[in-house]
Amino acid sequence: MAGDIFSPIVMGILLGGLYALIAMGLSMVFGVMRLINLAHGDFVILGSYIAYALMTFLGMDPIISLVICMPAMFGIGFAVQKYLMGRAFAISAEAPLIIAFGIALVIQNTNQILWTPLSRGLTTQYSMASFHIGPLQFPFSYLLDFIAAVIVMLALREFLSRTYLGKAITAASQNKRAAHLMGINTNLVYGFAFAIAMLSAAIAGVFLGMTFPFTPLSGTQFLIIAFGVVIIGGLGSIFGTLIGGLILGIAQTLAGALLGPATQMLIVYIIVLVILAIRPQGLFGR
Amino acid sequence: MSQDIILKVNNIDVFHGTFQALWDVSLEVRRGEMLALIGANTAGKSTLLDTISGLLHPTKGTIEFEGKDITALPPHQIVELGITQIPEGRGIFPEMTVLDNLILGSYSRKARTKKEQNLKKVYGHFPILEKRKRQTTKTLSGGEQQMLVIGRGLMADPKLMLLDEMSLGLAPIVINELFKALKEIRETGITILFVEQNVRRTLQEAERAYILETGRVTLSGTAAQLREEEQVKKAYFGI
Repeated sequence: MAGDIFSPIVMGILLGGLYALIAMGLSMVFGVMRLINLAHGDFVILGSYIAYALMTFLGMDPIISLVICMPAMFGIGFAVQKYLMGRAFAISAEAPLIIAFGIALVIQNTNQILWTPLSRGLTTQYSMASFHIGPLQFPFSYLLDFIAAVIVMLALREFLSRTYLGKAITAASQNKRAAHLMGINTNLVYGFAFAIAMLSAAIAGVFLGMTFPFTPLSGTQFLIIAFGVVIIGGLGSIFGTLIGGLILGIAQTLAGALLGPATQMLIVYIIVLVILAIRPQGLFGR
Repeated sequence: MSQDIILKVNNIDVFHGTFQALWDVSLEVRRGEMLALIGANTAGKSTLLDTISGLLHPTKGTIEFEGKDITALPPHQIVELGITQIPEGRGIFPEMTVLDNLILGSYSRKARTKKEQNLKKVYGHFPILEKRKRQTTKTLSGGEQQMLVIGRGLMADPKLMLLDEMSLGLAPIVINELFKALKEIRETGITILFVEQNVRRTLQEAERAYILETGRVTLSGTAAQLREEEQVKKAYFGI
């Protein structure tokens, strides 16, 4: 019996790392710009497809391909904020939301045209491998997801707390007016915040692609998971995002093991609803 | 007597959307002085400070700082030139530590190189901030938060400090302490333009003052002159 629960809990923790990784960019963009980036899931999947293209045409290992994927997504993020979101913010609070939705549709359909609706995966030898804890066997790719999530979290935390730019991003999220008065160019800071969120989306996309098959429409599914993570953990809190991911991951795998696979997501969203009802700012939100 | 003018505001009109907040406002700040801007709520005092800081831009008129036209510059470039606004009340970054708030004050390129040196100065003026440096800013008292925003302003290594209603909601004893610190700051060569509602107090502390009423400058002069002015007596002292 103990083994029956142990295995899904380990799976849930590892899966939770991937969920946190996916949610991080969503949380950051909301925390800093108060924008619900409806395109975030599709940006993650865009990262998966960039890695897929590099793997298919150049034979590049997905993790190595991050060397290209990350700067590419960083650049796309900066440009999207500067040329689309920044201008949309000047129009109204709703305009960026609609722009994000538009971007999501463009990415989805471009991927449909380029890659067909077939499901793809970033399959490598090591992503197919497994590791053992006692008699139990777990996919190695899940372990990689978790390690990647922890590394990205720590890197992001160090960046935000130690560098001028990181502090400026935090400052702009807490008091935009005061940030202006400190000489912080908030347009530039927003550009970097969006770009960094995209950087994390690139990493999430690559590790997601090694773990699950994806299609051009997978973005929506992961956007919804990211929402769940962020609602549980609290928007804008890095630590909360990790905890939110873990809770969601464990809830999903435990429900699957104990109540059957059909109930997995039902339980997850019941938890999300309960937390929304009793603590709307999330467990670690302000 | 020729005076060195550090800031010159020439006949500006400023709007909030369709509402005109400032009408043909002109003002001169002399280098090294302590100048007050007096007026009731909604007289346009904060609007004027925000326009000097570049958060708002006038539809008419110009603003010159040390002879340079800054009318159309964005806020971060104005900070870089040496004008820092100390926002009223809770203009803090509440979830960050006191030290991080201060460090952010030195965000501009020019100020970064003097970070350590200015931090020492700030702790000299407000020793309590050094004691509290690891604390989250929202846990500070109102007076301490006000000291923090002034300290943070000093970190920008300014030539001109704009202070918005620093005494708002604070106890008289704290206000005394703040004014004492301001005088010390001014003695280090920083020009101060401050906004207040408390007229009696302001005319004791400032050398000169401008009075704003519904977006227009109605009076200006030395503090001594203004104390004697009938209009001021009637409007503000109820005599």
